[in-house]
Amino acid sequence: MAVQNLQSVPAELSPEELEAAAQRDADGQANFDRVMAEDSRIEPRDWMPADYRKSLLRQISQHAHSEIIGMQPEANWISRAPSLKRKAILMAKVQDEAGHGLYLYSAAETLGQSRDEMMDALIAGKARYSSIFNYPARTWADMGAIGWLVDGAAICNQVPLCRASYGPYGRAMVRVCKEESFHQRQGFEILLELANGTAEQKQMAQDAVNRWYAPALMMFGPPDDDSPNSRESMAWNIKRFSNDELRSRFVGMMVEQVRVLGLTLPDSEIRFNEDTKKWEHGPLDWNEFKEVLAGRGPCNAQRLERRREAHDDGAWVRESAAAYAAKQVNKQKEYAA
Amino acid sequence: MSTPGANTEATETHGHGDISTGVAAPTGSGDSNASATRITPGNALRPEDIALEVRSGLAKPTEDVAEYALRLGDDALILAQRLGHWISRAPELEEDVALGNIGLDQLGHARSFLTYAGGALGENGGAKTEDELAYFRREHEFRSAHLFEQPNSDFAVTIARQFVVSYYQFELYRRLAESKDATLAAIAAKAVKEVDYHRDHSAQWVLRLAGGTDESRKRMIHGLKLVWPYVGELFEDDALVTRLAESGAAVAPSSIREDFDRLTGEILAEAELEVPDMPAAPGGGRQGKHSEHLGYILAEMQVLAREYPGASW
Ligand SMILES: [Fe+2]
Ligand SMILES: [Fe+2]
Repeated sequence: MAVQNLQSVPAELSPEELEAAAQRDADGQANFDRVMAEDSRIEPRDWMPADYRKSLLRQISQHAHSEIIGMQPEANWISRAPSLKRKAILMAKVQDEAGHGLYLYSAAETLGQSRDEMMDALIAGKARYSSIFNYPARTWADMGAIGWLVDGAAICNQVPLCRASYGPYGRAMVRVCKEESFHQRQGFEILLELANGTAEQKQMAQDAVNRWYAPALMMFGPPDDDSPNSRESMAWNIKRFSNDELRSRFVGMMVEQVRVLGLTLPDSEIRFNEDTKKWEHGPLDWNEFKEVLAGRGPCNAQRLERRREAHDDGAWVRESAAAYAAKQVNKQKEYAA
Repeated sequence: MSTPGANTEATETHGHGDISTGVAAPTGSGDSNASATRITPGNALRPEDIALEVRSGLAKPTEDVAEYALRLGDDALILAQRLGHWISRAPELEEDVALGNIGLDQLGHARSFLTYAGGALGENGGAKTEDELAYFRREHEFRSAHLFEQPNSDFAVTIARQFVVSYYQFELYRRLAESKDATLAAIAAKAVKEVDYHRDHSAQWVLRLAGGTDESRKRMIHGLKLVWPYVGELFEDDALVTRLAESGAAVAPSSIREDFDRLTGEILAEAELEVPDMPAAPGGGRQGKHSEHLGYILAEMQVLAREYPGASW
C-alpha cells in the first residue's frame, strides 16, 4: 500500500501500532476497491484513498462556490424584474441556489473541511468556481438565457453525479437536480415570452442566447484530450461521462429546444454526425476560457468583492450568534449544576 | 458558520446552520418555502386564482375595500423589494434563504392584495392588474406606510424593521382572517401562518443580537431606535378604516396596538432592551405622502416595465 494512503496516523508509533495502521489501510483499500467494482457507495466514515478525498473535496467545494457566486448575476435583476410573477420566480430561484450551496458545503464538510475554511479560500481568491458566472447579466433576457443554457448545462453535468460514488455528494445532487430542472424551465419560459413579444423583446432574447451559448458549452470543461482530472474522476465513479460526451448531449438538447423558442444558436457548424451518432459544434475559444479562469474575465473582481463584502459585513452577526449560542450552553450547564 | 460533527449527512443539514432560526426549515411557511419555481398543487389562493375571480366577477371589492387592500398590498410589496436585496448579500447563507423566504411571502401577499384591489380600480368599472398597479402608479399613488420604505441598512436595522412589521402584521392578519369580506379574509388567513414564522425569525434575532456581543447589542439598540419613529403610523385610524371596521370588513389599526405593545414588549424585556423612547414621525403614507426613500425604490422597480409599456413578460 502506498505510504500516502496511511491516514490519521500520529507521528510516533510503535512497530505494532504501525503494523495495525497498515492493516487498516489495506482493509480499507480492499473495501474501497470492492465498492468501486460494485458501483456502490462510499460513506463519510468509510476508509478512502487520500487522493479520492482530496479530489472530491476540490470538486464539491468548487461546486458549492459556483452556486454561491452564481447567485450574483441573477440577483442583479431581482429588483427590476418586469412583472411581480417573474420577480417571485426569480427570487425563489436565486434563493434555491443559496440552498444548493448549503447542501454542497455540508457534503464537503463530511470530508473534513469546514465551511469557514472553504469560504475563506473563496474570498482569498484561492478557490475556483464555474467561470460562467464571471460574465455580466446585461438585460432581462439574460435571466432567460442563464436559466435555459446555464442551468440546462448544469443539469446535464449533474444528473450523472446523482450516482456519484461518494454518498453525501450523490444525495446532495439528487436534491439539487430536482430544483435545477425547474430553473431551466423558468429560463425557457422567459425566453419564450420574449421571443413571442415585440420585435425588440425578441432581439433582446436572441442577443442573450448569442452571448451565453459559448460560455455555457465551456461549462463542461476542456476537451477530453486536455482534461487531466477527468480520467481519475471516472475511475472513481464520480464522473460518469466525459466532458465532450456531455457537451455533445447538451448541444443536441438545445438544438431541439431553440426551435420551439423560434430563436437560433449562434453556431453554424452544429450538426449530427451519423457515424459517431453524436452532436458536433463549432470551435470554442478555449483561450478566452483560460483567461476568465485565470481571473481576467469581465466580472471576476466584482464577483469576489461582492462575496467578500457580504462575508465581512456579516462577520459581527456571525460572531454575535456564536457568542449567544455559547452563553445559552453555559446557562444550561449552570442550571444543570 | 458550520456545525462540525453534525454534517455526516449532507441532506439533513439544509437550513439548520447554528444560527439559522428555522424559517427555511421544511416545516416552514407555506408554499414559498418550497422552491417557488415549483408549482404548488392544491394551493387554493394564489394571486392567479384571485385574478380569475376578479375577472369573472366572482370577487369584486367595494371602492373602500380596494383602497384598504391597496394599503396592505403596498406595504408588503415595498418590504419585499427591500428584502430581495439581501439575497446574495446576507451575513450567512442560511439568512440568504430565510430573508429570501420572508421576502417571497411578502411578495405573495402583495400580489394577492393588489390583484384584489385592482378589481375596483380600473376605468369604467373594469379591473387593473397587479402589474399595472405595481409598475405604472406614481409615487403619490402608493399607499405604503413609511416603516416599509426604510432602508435595509445593516442586518440589525433590517431585523428591527422585521420585528415591528411581523408583530404588526400578525395581529392585523389574525383579525382580518375574520373579515366579512371573504377575499380579504382568505388572503389574511393564508398570510397569518407565514407571518407567524416571520415573527419567530425576527424575535430570535432580536434576542441573539441583544445577547450576543457588545457590538451586536449596540447595533440592535441603534436599529430599534432608527425604526421606532415609524411605528405610530401603523396604528393610526382614519375615516376609511373606521368605516370599514364598523362594517366588519377591516381591522381598525388602533385596536391592535395594545397586543403589539405587549408582545413586542415581552421579547424586548427578555432581551433586556428598553422600548425605544423616540418621538413619532408624522407618517402620511396612507395619503400618498412618502419618505424620501420611496422614489428610489420605485425608480428601480419600475424601470424595465416602463421601458416597454404594454409588453408582456
Ligand atoms: Fe444550483
Ligand atoms: Fe439553478
